[in-house]
Amino acid sequence: MIKLSINGQEKQFDGDGEMPLLWYLRDQLGLTGTKFGCGIAACGACTVHLDGEAVRSCQTPISAAEGSAVTTIEGLDPEGNHPLQKAWRANNVPQCGYCQAGQIMQAAALLKQTPNPSDEDIDSAMWGNICRCGTYVRIRAAIRDAANGV
Amino acid sequence: MPLDQNSPHDESLGASPGVSNVSRRGLLKGIVAVGGLVLAARILPPGPSVAQTAAYGAAAMPHGTVNAPSAFISIGKDGIVTIVCHRSEMGQGVRTGMPQIVADELEADWNKVRVVNATGDEEKYGNQDTDGSRSTRHFMKPMREAGAAARSMLEMTAAKRWGVEPGEVEARNHEIVHKASGRKFGYGELAEEAASLEVPANDELRLKTPDQFRYIGKGLPLADGFDISVGKAKYGFDTWMEGMKYAVVARPPVFGGKVVSVDDSEALKIPGVEKIVRIEGTPAPAKFQPLGGVAVIASNTWAAMKGRDALKITWDDGPHKSYDSEAFRQQMLETARKPAKVVRDDGDAETELGKAAKKIEAEYYLPHLAQAPMEPPAATTRIVDGKCEVWSCVQAPQVTRTDIAEKLGMKLEDVTVHVTLLGGGFGRKSKPDFAIESAILSKEMGGAPVKLLWTREDDIRHGYYHTVSAERIDAGLDANGKVTAWRHRSVAPTITSIFMPDTKHQGAFELGMGLVDVPFDIPNLRCENGEAEAHARIGWFRSVSNIPHAFAIQSFVAELAAAAGKDQKDFLLELLGPPRVAELKSLDTLWNYGESTKVYPVDVGRLRHVVELVADKAGWGRQVPKGHGLGIAAHRSFVTYVATVVETAVAEDGTLTIPRVDVAIDCGNVVNPERIRAQVEGACIMGLSLALSSEISFKDGRVVQGNYDDYLVARIDQAPREINVHIVPSNWDLAPGGVGEPGVPPFAPALTNAIFAATGKRIRTLPIGDQLKA
Repeated sequence: MIKLSINGQEKQFDGDGEMPLLWYLRDQLGLTGTKFGCGIAACGACTVHLDGEAVRSCQTPISAAEGSAVTTIEGLDPEGNHPLQKAWRANNVPQCGYCQAGQIMQAAALLKQTPNPSDEDIDSAMWGNICRCGTYVRIRAAIRDAANGV
Repeated sequence: MPLDQNSPHDESLGASPGVSNVSRRGLLKGIVAVGGLVLAARILPPGPSVAQTAAYGAAAMPHGTVNAPSAFISIGKDGIVTIVCHRSEMGQGVRTGMPQIVADELEADWNKVRVVNATGDEEKYGNQDTDGSRSTRHFMKPMREAGAAARSMLEMTAAKRWGVEPGEVEARNHEIVHKASGRKFGYGELAEEAASLEVPANDELRLKTPDQFRYIGKGLPLADGFDISVGKAKYGFDTWMEGMKYAVVARPPVFGGKVVSVDDSEALKIPGVEKIVRIEGTPAPAKFQPLGGVAVIASNTWAAMKGRDALKITWDDGPHKSYDSEAFRQQMLETARKPAKVVRDDGDAETELGKAAKKIEAEYYLPHLAQAPMEPPAATTRIVDGKCEVWSCVQAPQVTRTDIAEKLGMKLEDVTVHVTLLGGGFGRKSKPDFAIESAILSKEMGGAPVKLLWTREDDIRHGYYHTVSAERIDAGLDANGKVTAWRHRSVAPTITSIFMPDTKHQGAFELGMGLVDVPFDIPNLRCENGEAEAHARIGWFRSVSNIPHAFAIQSFVAELAAAAGKDQKDFLLELLGPPRVAELKSLDTLWNYGESTKVYPVDVGRLRHVVELVADKAGWGRQVPKGHGLGIAAHRSFVTYVATVVETAVAEDGTLTIPRVDVAIDCGNVVNPERIRAQVEGACIMGLSLALSSEISFKDGRVVQGNYDDYLVARIDQAPREINVHIVPSNWDLAPGGVGEPGVPPFAPALTNAIFAATGKRIRTLPIGDQLKA
């Protein structure tokens, strides 16, 4: 039995501990905001916070989350009012939107560690998150806005 | 087994919530219950008069347009206006743009507008092929008419109640106002009675004049922006329902291959694996049918994936087992060096090439590409009481519906296809092979809901690939450096091959994407198309054949400019010649994206204008730091005109960065400038990916790449520091052009022209890869 917390709720998982956290979130908890993109930690669509750190849930076995606090996009802010979520909307960042939960979670971890990131900080922190629609210029702008409290 | 309050089940499954997150099911029920504005549909299929003469635009598409306000608009007693979007949302913003057009003519309050997606049903909604940059182009007018018709019916109803002439009342922001007295009715108060009126004929409608637009031309925020930001937006991958099974399929590693034998004993031992199912392959032509293989159905995705890994399958690789990209490239280049089928022949290019003072030639090569949308293909099907329901991220829900009905032997009316949001499409999701797979598997499971998922490897290795091409251009210049002859040979497997496997020439629709419609003012201009066989499924990829044609042509223009010692922009304008409608005189017909050349001529003046505009905005000719260079390219595609200037910086070690990009776009009319800007920005990034690093190659018939670690697409650190999009203001005398695709073709040549300016190195093979390194 694996115990962990998901968005502040205590959960217990009884099954294959090798199963990536991603599929537990999506298939069993119905938390589909966290996306599958590659399955090999190469695209960042599945990014969640594990005890505050951004991790790729597709490569995080659920056993590795035992006793940890997991935050998904659904739990980032109950009303969707995290500064990044607001900046994402103000900048009309998304196109298809599929990668954006992962982008926001990655950016949230960046701002927690580096509240005023430089352009280089942003590029290096966000490097692992692919957006095939090509919203990168707006992602940078939204992160800067959130950091500047715009 | 959902343990959370967040079960997606109560969110009407695939149908994504609209502007304010209203469930589709609840909403429709509400409207029907309160008896709002629900009109009898008047469907006008293309009549005999249309069929007998040449049809263009929407009329040339399956099921064309419909004249049916009720199919698109309903108004509840509470005044809530629900607008049906019948095109698929894949990031282009159609769920914002289409309702924006309707709501404008309807004089609706945007805050009281909800958006729902149509199911696949072209008889009801008109054409639903969300591709070809066509949604606004074909549906601007029908959507305006639908909105105006509903507005007119509300006005007539109010006038009748007040006992005044309809001309005395006016719709203003969700109310009908009696102009003289100031009396008002809200839309909700009028809806039910308005629904009983006859729908006015289109020629009786009073459409707005552009100065009256309240939403058209405004950058309204995304309809799904909030849901996306909180993780609530639902895609094909996100469908969930009680008792759902999860499936993945092991497909033949070589296109056309078959299963010889399968040992599934280990797979069946994996906890959660429930059933192994053989899916029959599809003999050529491939069309949109499944590739076949072995499916693993399980109680969760992980078990299905592990089960698939444990299968032991022996394959017969079939006729394409020796497809080898390196050998094929040489073969295509050889073909391009020989005379081939002539597809345009102005003047006498052969003779003039022989007489030229100076001859220049160049060969270009562009590889296969995978669309690789962030959301791989996915579909969920269930069959209950003889009714089949599908939820999927498809660009063509009506094709999906027809193909599934046929595959399952069901009547069309017993199959419903719900369109989820698409996590990117780029042409891949025009082909519903994956949705058909899910339907086959649901049937195998006695109709239980089955979610069929493609992994990234499935997507990269079993796709419908952008064609691979060799392009060769020969030109002759006179003593003054003026181009007197131009001969372009294009060689590429055709998309037609998925329908007619033996086809070796590009179709008119491919040749018409930038090859035979090149609008240069050159008296002797010849285009040829050499034979190429398809050894993989070839499919649409955002902007399609415009990519190789524009890359070759716009690169070659810069090469000629360099040879003539002229400025690249000036030389491009010289080749374009004076503002005029290009005659393309030796062409019997021009495909012209399915549009009439009367409505959408090849307008050299508009192409010149975007070149001049972007040059001005980008500061063409300005001094740039050492190692930097500016490059320009211009291209008409999807009846829209785009010119791009890229500034690149190439470091000593060959590392390339892009400080700035400027793009000018003339798409005729502007509905939502924010979405146009976004589409152009995204098109630049897609152009950047294919220019820098993306390549699908084959070895022994198999795709070499497998995931984002070797099929490389642009990441944020490679993105330009700024992309400035300059939109030519709406000209309402013009018809709307496409927006989703036209930004892609000019990007790669503008970049490689910039690289040449920076380094003197000419890139003729994409992707650039390591070509700039030492």
